[in-house]
Amino acid sequence: MANARPEQRSEPWKDPGAQPYVRLDKLTKKFGDFVAVDDVSLNIYRNEIFCLLGGSGSGKTTLLRMMAGFETPTEGTISIDGVDVTATPPYERPINMMFQSYALFPHMSVQKNVAFGLKQDRVSKGEIDDRVAEILKLVRMEQLAKRMPHQLSGGQRQRVALARALVKRPKLLLLDEPLAALDRKLREHTQFELLNIQETLGVTFVVVTHDQEEAMTLATRIGVMNHGEIVQIGTASDIYEYPGSRFVADFIGSVNMFEGRLIEDEPDYVRVASDELGGTFHVSHGVSAAPDAIVWVALRPEKILLSRDRPDGGGDNRVDGVVSEVAYRGDQSVYLVRLASGRQMRVTQPNMLRQGAGDRIRWDDKVWLSWDSSSPVVVTQ
Amino acid sequence: MTLLRKRGYSGRTLVTAVPYLWLLLFFLVPFLIVLKISVSEIRLAMPPYEPLVTWISTQVVGLRINFENYAFLFEDSLYWKSFLNSIRTAGISTLICLLIGYPMAYGIARSKPAWRNLLLLLVMLPFWTSFLLRVYAWIGILKNNGVINNLLMALGIIDEPIVMLQTNFAMYIGIVYSYLPFMVLPLYTSIEKLDLSLLEAAADLGCRPVKAFFRITVPLTKSGIIAGCMLVFIPAVGEFVIPALLGGPDALMIGRVLWEEFFNNRDWPVASAVAIVMLFVLVIPIMIYQRSQGQQIGGHP
Repeated sequence: MANARPEQRSEPWKDPGAQPYVRLDKLTKKFGDFVAVDDVSLNIYRNEIFCLLGGSGSGKTTLLRMMAGFETPTEGTISIDGVDVTATPPYERPINMMFQSYALFPHMSVQKNVAFGLKQDRVSKGEIDDRVAEILKLVRMEQLAKRMPHQLSGGQRQRVALARALVKRPKLLLLDEPLAALDRKLREHTQFELLNIQETLGVTFVVVTHDQEEAMTLATRIGVMNHGEIVQIGTASDIYEYPGSRFVADFIGSVNMFEGRLIEDEPDYVRVASDELGGTFHVSHGVSAAPDAIVWVALRPEKILLSRDRPDGGGDNRVDGVVSEVAYRGDQSVYLVRLASGRQMRVTQPNMLRQGAGDRIRWDDKVWLSWDSSSPVVVTQ
Repeated sequence: MTLLRKRGYSGRTLVTAVPYLWLLLFFLVPFLIVLKISVSEIRLAMPPYEPLVTWISTQVVGLRINFENYAFLFEDSLYWKSFLNSIRTAGISTLICLLIGYPMAYGIARSKPAWRNLLLLLVMLPFWTSFLLRVYAWIGILKNNGVINNLLMALGIIDEPIVMLQTNFAMYIGIVYSYLPFMVLPLYTSIEKLDLSLLEAAADLGCRPVKAFFRITVPLTKSGIIAGCMLVFIPAVGEFVIPALLGGPDALMIGRVLWEEFFNNRDWPVASAVAIVMLFVLVIPIMIYQRSQGQQIGGHP
């Protein structure tokens, strides 16, 4: 899924003069000997939706909890809007968090849950009522204000949790796996709702998720985490199309990864010979690596064309094989093609013709695979 | 068994029937006997009360129900004063147990999982010794030439022993000491269940820890607080041994009055009436508890 409104979003991280809104500086968190977050420095700009994406144990939640103030960093500082909040307790930070479990107070009604934060700030009763009503209207929960949390569905609880975190108009809203507890349909719908709300209120979001689709839909930028480090930061398309490492290429989406040797290294293209492929890659981007270096080529399954006949042109970027598996997915089919080297290659093709119509590729068919030289990505680590 | 099953009784019915049968035999039947005695008249014989039903002739049955015993309880200030005193003593003891027990339970529930079972075991450890022995041990600690006084005098802090035994102070120590585990265990259970992310959410929304304790922790552990208070309050109202052994002679507890009425005065009907009234005094808080439990179940699925 592509970014929802790329044209409406500015890209302050490309502007060297822009002041970051949230600045994490060399943050490290150790639990005993275990390093949960390892020397993370990160700048987040105003009105961004920044997604921390990573598997379990990658340190993304610990990083979020340090921003919220529930964990004290072992080293490093956190500042928001120019103010160092590293030593500020959570109840004094201008940050609110939406918990993965939602953490709604079970003994309070929806209205009381949302009003809780404002009451702590000694806001007048009239203003509390107005602001609670306003935010409940925004998340479309105004009809259910008198309900108790256990009387709500998962989606409704999620919206109450969001309202409760937003009603204090925080400088920064942290969302811990905000949509994990929702079913697929509702999740997709809620993603767009979140984007709308973020745009309406202009709050800076930091979202933690393990769901790459969620990250790609929501985020202005994604920080991919692994073993407590941020391994790559970029927009959804940057990370998907230009992964900086084998880990990122493999983690985001599915990918065919081939080990190879750099045989030609020019500023605007490289050629990689791969025994696994049984051929050569011609890649239309330069690489900073020594000649003859061992590199890896990542090729996305949807960027490969499947045909019965040998495609025209030279010997690069094509290979033949035998179809060993076909999986019908409705909108597309996934083919596993066994190459001469024994390697399986994953190819997805959109099902443009209805099943049964036309000449379909089946098991054990001999096929040719080809791709554009702009499709493969060479990574050196 | 097969016969029962043919008639539509399953094993489940049988299993639930056993405890009910037990309660019927050893609770309801004795209760009815005591109720019967309480509405009888006293007489100097064995048993020391008039029968309720008498054969006046072969066809006529005489039934004599006598509420004078109950009226007597309200006429004589001894009874309602000792009732009030029992309730007050039990109430104060319950409050002290709660004030000591809550931090204890909180500490255990928040300790490392490996420590929790050990700490809970320590709470339950006193049960391995007879209750009576432990109360007697307190006599040894509190009496004029007991452990505390001897120690203080040996250290030269006091010249003559502090009178502690046979005072309200000793009685409260005894009750609080004996019933504290009954407060700690239900409190531990409900505090341990409390979702810590709720406290984080409260802090995140700007609530300081002390305030969060009263706004979040206390309301959400209400069921444990009520259960603990009931488990301490109810037996403490009827407590007889501790006031008799540790309390002063002026400690008028209803359990003691009951004992004296029964064994010293041999007035079984009045003693039975005292027992019945005490039962109803205790049933009311139990019913309140049951109601709140029902609401809890409805409130937190």
